[in-house]
Amino acid sequence: MLKYIIPLVLFIILAVFLGIGLNLNPSEIPSPFINKPAPSFIATKLEATEEKLRPEDLKGQVWLLNVWASWCVSCRSEHPVLNDLANKSLVTIIGLNYKDEPADAKKWLATLGNPYNTSITDQEGRIGIDYGVYGVPETFVIDKKGVIRHKQTGPVTSQDVQNVLLPLIAKLQAES
Amino acid sequence: MMKYWIFVFFLISQTSSALDARQLADPKLQENYELLTKELRCLVCQNQTIADSNAELAFDLRRQVSEMLEQGKSNDEIIQFMTDRYGDFVLYKPAFKGKTLLLWIAPGAFLVLGLIIVYIFIRQKRALRSEQGVSNNELKLDIDKQNKIRRLLEKGDQS
Repeated sequence: MLKYIIPLVLFIILAVFLGIGLNLNPSEIPSPFINKPAPSFIATKLEATEEKLRPEDLKGQVWLLNVWASWCVSCRSEHPVLNDLANKSLVTIIGLNYKDEPADAKKWLATLGNPYNTSITDQEGRIGIDYGVYGVPETFVIDKKGVIRHKQTGPVTSQDVQNVLLPLIAKLQAES
Repeated sequence: MMKYWIFVFFLISQTSSALDARQLADPKLQENYELLTKELRCLVCQNQTIADSNAELAFDLRRQVSEMLEQGKSNDEIIQFMTDRYGDFVLYKPAFKGKTLLLWIAPGAFLVLGLIIVYIFIRQKRALRSEQGVSNNELKLDIDKQNKIRRLLEKGDQS
C-alpha cells in the first residue's frame, strides 16, 4: 500500500507547486516602493516647458502617477480607461511622459483626449529609473503624505479601476 | 555550406555584447563597469544582463552605472541603488538572506534527498537479491529432485 501512496503524495506535491508556478506572472516584479515615499524629482511640464513640477507640490492630495508614451502600444488600450477615470474627478492624475518626443506626446493627447491634470516629461528616462519603471504603462497611487501605496505594471483596465483603484482612492481620500 | 555560415554568424551575434557599451577613461572603473553590468538583470528581457541587452532600459541602466562610477560611487552603493528601485530581482546573483534562503539551499537539499533515495533503493535491491540467492541454494539442496530431473532428461520424452 505504501508503495502506491508515496508516489501519489510526491505527485500531488509536485502538481501543487507546478500549479502555483503556472498561475504566476513572471514579468510581474514585486515593487520595492510600496509604503515608501515617492522619489523626488523636478520635472518639466509637457505643455508648459518653463514650468516645473515636484511631487512635493502635490502634498495633501491623493494622486496617480501614470507612466505613458506615444510609442507604447498598450498605453493606447489603457487611454480610454484613464479618460473615464478623469471624468469622475475623484483623483489627481499626473502623466509621466516617458522617453518620448514632446511633439508626438502632444499629438497623442490632442487626438485621444487628455486625462491628465498635468503631464511631465522624462525624455532621458531618469525619473523612470528612480521609480523603477521597466514596462510602460505603469501606474502608481500616492497618498496625501506622498507615500506610494500601490503600483500596477501594465495597462489599467476598467475592472482594475472598479476593483482596485476606486476603493483604494476612496480609502486614501478619507485619510487625513 | 550556407547553413554553416548562418550558424557561425548566430554564434558570433550571441557572444558579442551590446553595441553601445560604454568606455570609461579609468581602466579600474571600466573593470567595475563590466562587472556590474554583467550582474544586473535587464528587466525588459529578463534573461539577459544589462551588458547583453539592447533594450532601451538596459541602455539607460548602463548609463546610470557608468555615471555613478564616475561620481566615485562604490559597487555596493550602485547595487543598493538598483535593488532599492527594482528589487532583488535585478540581481542575477541574489543576496544570501532570509527571503532567498530557500533559493540557495534548495538545490543542495534536493541533491542530498536524491542520494538518500538512491541509497535506499540500492539497499532494497540488494536485500531482495540475497533472498533469492537463499532460495536457489534451497533448490540445490533437494538432490532427490535433481536426480529425478537428470534421469528424465537422459531417458528423453517417450510419450
